[in-house]
Amino acid sequence: MKMTERAGMEVSFAAAEAVKLCNVDVISAYPITPQTHIVERLAEYVANGELDAEFVPVESEHSALSLCMGSQAVGARSFTCTSSQGLALMSELLYITSGMRLPVVMILVNRSLSSPLSIWNDHSDVMSIRDCGWIQFFVHNGQELYDHVFMAYKLAENADVLMPVIINVDGFTLSHVFEPLEMISPGKIEKYLPPYVPKYVLHPDDPLTMGAFTLPSYFTEAKKAHDEVLKTSYGHILNTFNSWAQVSGRSYHPVEKMYAEDAETLFVVMGSFAETAGEAVEAMRKQGKKVGLIAIRLWRPFPFEDFCHAVTGAKELIVIDRALSSGGPGGPLASEIRSALYNVENRPQIRNYIAGLGGRDVTIEDYILMHDNSIQGSDYEIYGLKGDETSA
Amino acid sequence: MHSTSVYAVKTLPRKEYFASGHRACPGCGEALAVRLVQKVLGRNVVVAAATGCMEIVSSPFPQTSWEVPWIHVAFENAAAVAGGVEKGLEVLKRKGKIKEQKISVVAMAGDGGTADIGLQALSGAMERGHDMLFVCYDNEAYMNTGVQRSSSTPFGALTTTSPVGTQQKGQLTHKKNMAEIAVAHGIPYVATACPSYPLDLAAKVQKGMDADGPAYIHILSVCPSGWGISGDATIKLGRLAVQSGAFPLYEVENGKYKITVDVEELLPLEYYFKPQRRFRHLSKEMTGQIEENVRQKWQELKKRSEGD
Ligand SMILES: Cc1ncc(C[n+]2csc(CCOP(=O)(O)OP(=O)(O)O)c2C)c(N)n1
Ligand code: SF4
Ligand SMILES: [Mg+2]
Repeated sequence: MKMTERAGMEVSFAAAEAVKLCNVDVISAYPITPQTHIVERLAEYVANGELDAEFVPVESEHSALSLCMGSQAVGARSFTCTSSQGLALMSELLYITSGMRLPVVMILVNRSLSSPLSIWNDHSDVMSIRDCGWIQFFVHNGQELYDHVFMAYKLAENADVLMPVIINVDGFTLSHVFEPLEMISPGKIEKYLPPYVPKYVLHPDDPLTMGAFTLPSYFTEAKKAHDEVLKTSYGHILNTFNSWAQVSGRSYHPVEKMYAEDAETLFVVMGSFAETAGEAVEAMRKQGKKVGLIAIRLWRPFPFEDFCHAVTGAKELIVIDRALSSGGPGGPLASEIRSALYNVENRPQIRNYIAGLGGRDVTIEDYILMHDNSIQGSDYEIYGLKGDETSA
Repeated sequence: MHSTSVYAVKTLPRKEYFASGHRACPGCGEALAVRLVQKVLGRNVVVAAATGCMEIVSSPFPQTSWEVPWIHVAFENAAAVAGGVEKGLEVLKRKGKIKEQKISVVAMAGDGGTADIGLQALSGAMERGHDMLFVCYDNEAYMNTGVQRSSSTPFGALTTTSPVGTQQKGQLTHKKNMAEIAVAHGIPYVATACPSYPLDLAAKVQKGMDADGPAYIHILSVCPSGWGISGDATIKLGRLAVQSGAFPLYEVENGKYKITVDVEELLPLEYYFKPQRRFRHLSKEMTGQIEENVRQKWQELKKRSEGD
């Protein structure tokens, strides 16, 4: 029997397939473009009896995550999914989910935040909740999204982690494209991801109080404990990547590298940028340019050591952000990287481009242009503005 | 079925599930109501609470007053969290992951967490038909944050955001009728209650718990600190609220109205208003106007409960 099969399908449907294979107990979500296809497909699975779960179509994203927190608190494997404004509406609860150590998994189909309203992709939604205390991944393609769903549950439910996980996937650019995917057999998933055995649950047999408030005498310690768990989850994340590699043959790393060893200039990106940037790097290498690529897969906990290690040989980093910290230092990714490198000797120079906002394409040629140009008199540049002849 | 007569004071369970030692103000009507509700609900229950006085007085880490499983997430979402608890328990039982047994699911919130910021989540939960009981502990203002008005604050009442000044005399709007909003959702059981009538309250909690689907109980909870009365007047004030018609006790079972504590002749509203600092600024005429309104509503309710 063949162990794996390849199937061409829309990435959103592949994500739904993965959630189904995880045998989740409760799904709750509220529609928002471009998240809809994932949730609609899950609703169908439940309606057809292909997935034995409760599908709860709530009246807002705020209630979607609240409901998942309630179901997770009684020990039910729970899933939610949103984008953009939906995430903004949930934001209050994101901090509470992680603080209460409820291992909900969410796919965040990245889309810009209004205003102006745009249904298209960028990372302004996730950057608005950067510090919410969830483990956060960025995926580069549909196969990775599919794979990360299994890993997310494996990791979130690990009794030494117990943290919610967000998987970021670029809206439309990834969520709505067709991709040939290697599917995993249900049998393998059953072994990889056994039924959830929760550590703490709400049940009359052992009454617990969840969500107590603290006075100043405990609050700081609670925050410290949270930070500590996120940091130590790093080792578990590596283990999860490794165990998944054994199941699927695909290995992932917190920081993905391409031609990084001998590159003088390194692009640093997240999400689907990695695919196009990768092609651009191949093209430039053919022209003899010493370029390489770093893609940050693990956004939280931020892999400071891995990152620094990966870039120390380079002279320059071109950090491309898909979000803008308005009135601030440029892009949020570049900020993180600047602070990561501050204490590193002979650290590379940093150029920061803000690109691909609100669904604007960033093509192979754009990467080449960014590489060949320079930024004058500023720490960052919003790339590709209309009337700017340096780019198309 | 159960009726008020099923309960006599001595038959109320002795066991406390909302333990003493909580930090409510002396004479707090909400704490008393919570205590009674939990007695009736018993041990096989999961409670989801909204932010507010009852949450704050009962759960200062590392202490808790809760002897049943209890969760607090935020201010506006008790109904949604309870919905998740209910769905979670249902699916886990169906899949054989936890043992089959009846576990009641209860959401609790103040009037703010119910009628204002929590109304959307509550409406959603009632509309979807979760098998849960939602209890609103109505002290007629946002007490936890220092007595600000809510949509449940009665007309004329003084709060910190419905002040008495030269241009405005207290709350300018009429109390939102939450029980009727719940009734409009077509849910199987809706009731009003007050801990000054503990047996009536207990019977209603029992019915709400037994109802197949969403149930809603709106409990008038006298708040000595916010209303400006002494802590030993709580029970009396609750009775006066009912006897004056300001807060009628009734239930709506599958759409059928019934006044459960009938009042032959309503007491003057003044009896209820007078002891309270929040109404002290009202002139006789103002009180008279409010009383007219109260009596009209009472008559409407009477008509509805005699209707069929
Ligand atoms: C989103 C949000 N807004 C505001 C608050 C502040 N807040 C906490 S409790 C509360 C008032 C609670 O009033 P109510 O629901 O009537 O309960 P009570 O304290 O009167 O029992 C407010 C405004 C909050 N916690 N969350
Ligand atoms: S302020 Fe009112 S409701 Fe809150 S604890 Fe004190 S008496 Fe009870
Ligand atoms: Mg209140």
